[in-house]
Amino acid sequence: MSALASVQFQSNWLDVLRSPFMQHALIGGSMVAVAAGLLGYFVITRQNAFAAHALAHIGFPGATGAILIGAPVTLGLAVFCVGGGLLIGLFGRRVADREMATGTILALATALGVLFASLASANASTTTSVLFGNLLAISEDQLLVYGAFTLAVVGTLAVLARPLVFASVDPAVAEARGVPVRALGLAFVVLLALTITMAVQVVGTLLLFALVVTPAATALRITARPARVALIAVVLALAAVWGGLVLSAMVDLPPSFFIVSLAVFAWVAVLATVGRRRGRPAEPLVDAHHRL
Amino acid sequence: MTGDPAGTAVDTSAREQRPAALEMEDVSVARGGRTVWSDGTFSVRAGAVVGVIGPNGAGKTTLFQLALGLLPAASGRVQVLGAPPRRGNRRIGYVPQNYTAALGHAIRCRDLVTLGLTGGRFGLRPTSAAERARVDDALRRVGALDYADRRMSELSGGQQQRVAIAQAIVDDADLLLLDEPLANLDLRNQQEIVRLLGELHRDRDVTILVVAHDLNPLLPVLTEAIYLLDGHPHHDPITDVVQEELLTHLYGTPVGVVRTAQGDLFTRAAWRDPHR
Repeated sequence: MSALASVQFQSNWLDVLRSPFMQHALIGGSMVAVAAGLLGYFVITRQNAFAAHALAHIGFPGATGAILIGAPVTLGLAVFCVGGGLLIGLFGRRVADREMATGTILALATALGVLFASLASANASTTTSVLFGNLLAISEDQLLVYGAFTLAVVGTLAVLARPLVFASVDPAVAEARGVPVRALGLAFVVLLALTITMAVQVVGTLLLFALVVTPAATALRITARPARVALIAVVLALAAVWGGLVLSAMVDLPPSFFIVSLAVFAWVAVLATVGRRRGRPAEPLVDAHHRL
Repeated sequence: MTGDPAGTAVDTSAREQRPAALEMEDVSVARGGRTVWSDGTFSVRAGAVVGVIGPNGAGKTTLFQLALGLLPAASGRVQVLGAPPRRGNRRIGYVPQNYTAALGHAIRCRDLVTLGLTGGRFGLRPTSAAERARVDDALRRVGALDYADRRMSELSGGQQQRVAIAQAIVDDADLLLLDEPLANLDLRNQQEIVRLLGELHRDRDVTILVVAHDLNPLLPVLTEAIYLLDGHPHHDPITDVVQEELLTHLYGTPVGVVRTAQGDLFTRAAWRDPHR
């Protein structure tokens, strides 16, 4: 009870929000929210949710490996996420094949992560920050990298959006129509890897699902129009990150918990209000204009 | 024979003017080193409605992939609408097998049809008013305008199949390739889709190739059939195909043919329980 008793309202939370580390967190978190919100629709329609989850874990040895050789953690994360993403992307389009490949690569990566962590004698807090995120420790250098990543994701999506929607919801027809389905798949997985590299810092590998998949899943309950899903998902992700940081400043607890909780709360709220409306309508026995 | 049971009345003047819809000369196709079928030599004239039949694994879908440029011929010469096959041929509309099963809750009918028109376009240019009008027109032609704003997952199988056909015709295709469009549909929906195919053929003079397990529902609109038998494709007028001996050989099980006074043709399994 003593630990719980120490949780209390911080009357200086507005000052905390104005502090440089909070400003970095707000800017960095916002960039992640935009990229994650935009990609969510594709993660769901391409049935990539497991791959997204796995990529975050594949980043884990990248982070601990970077500590081992004294390289920037973001670089290690990016290299492993992009490499792992391409590897998964190269394994067939069949979901069953991809699941097996993803799971196997995931296990190997986690084993490597543990090895690197023990070799580097990384302290527990470093490992914890990779697993659960450490939004409040984002540096100015990292913000520059995040800015570049976010621009790359938004810019590439602007160009690829329509063929990528086609290839994601209707791959067989898209391929027959000459859409480069396979190349688009690899391009998407690279964008996803860059986004996950950033998102790991915000919510950590274990909680990443809540930023990359949950806002888009919530938006899909409201509308099925791809552009609107992307817009709503971005708004929800931004709200979760901002709200999470404010709550974190108010009670002086890690923001990951609040960010994830807010995203899940929005999902449950939408599920409860619009979820029941959608059933398959009964078909009339005879179409009026085809009555004999 | 009574009348023209299969509706094979054909405007022969068009045949002279347009190149064949699908032409094969001594074609064989292989997949993973195994020859699927060989000695394919036939010509499907423009404006035909062709049933593609044969047992499971005979290479019906493979024939479509050949025409779509998704699979190269192992040997021989293929011409589609007067040119070699190529991926992304906008003159072909394609509805794959199990089409609707692959789509979930994440797309509206209207947006899916729109992708058939603009889905290959890179960049952010929004859909134009003219493009939206063409999408509406395609949805109207298949009778799907009423549920155009619903999600695919909210529709019945027959409705989904209509939307899939709307997507295939939205770009004014000259050749439609439909892979098992009647699978998993009840009798009434099968009839509705067949009626729709007949209307498309009559109004737009499109050539239609339909893969089907069951010929019966399609017989009113088919003019001819390609049947894959003993590892080779054969092409004949539908009246020559609907013969007891041929169908029995083709399906490897006894099949009977029934002709009614109205000129309808039916095939039926001729197996009888010997103990009854």
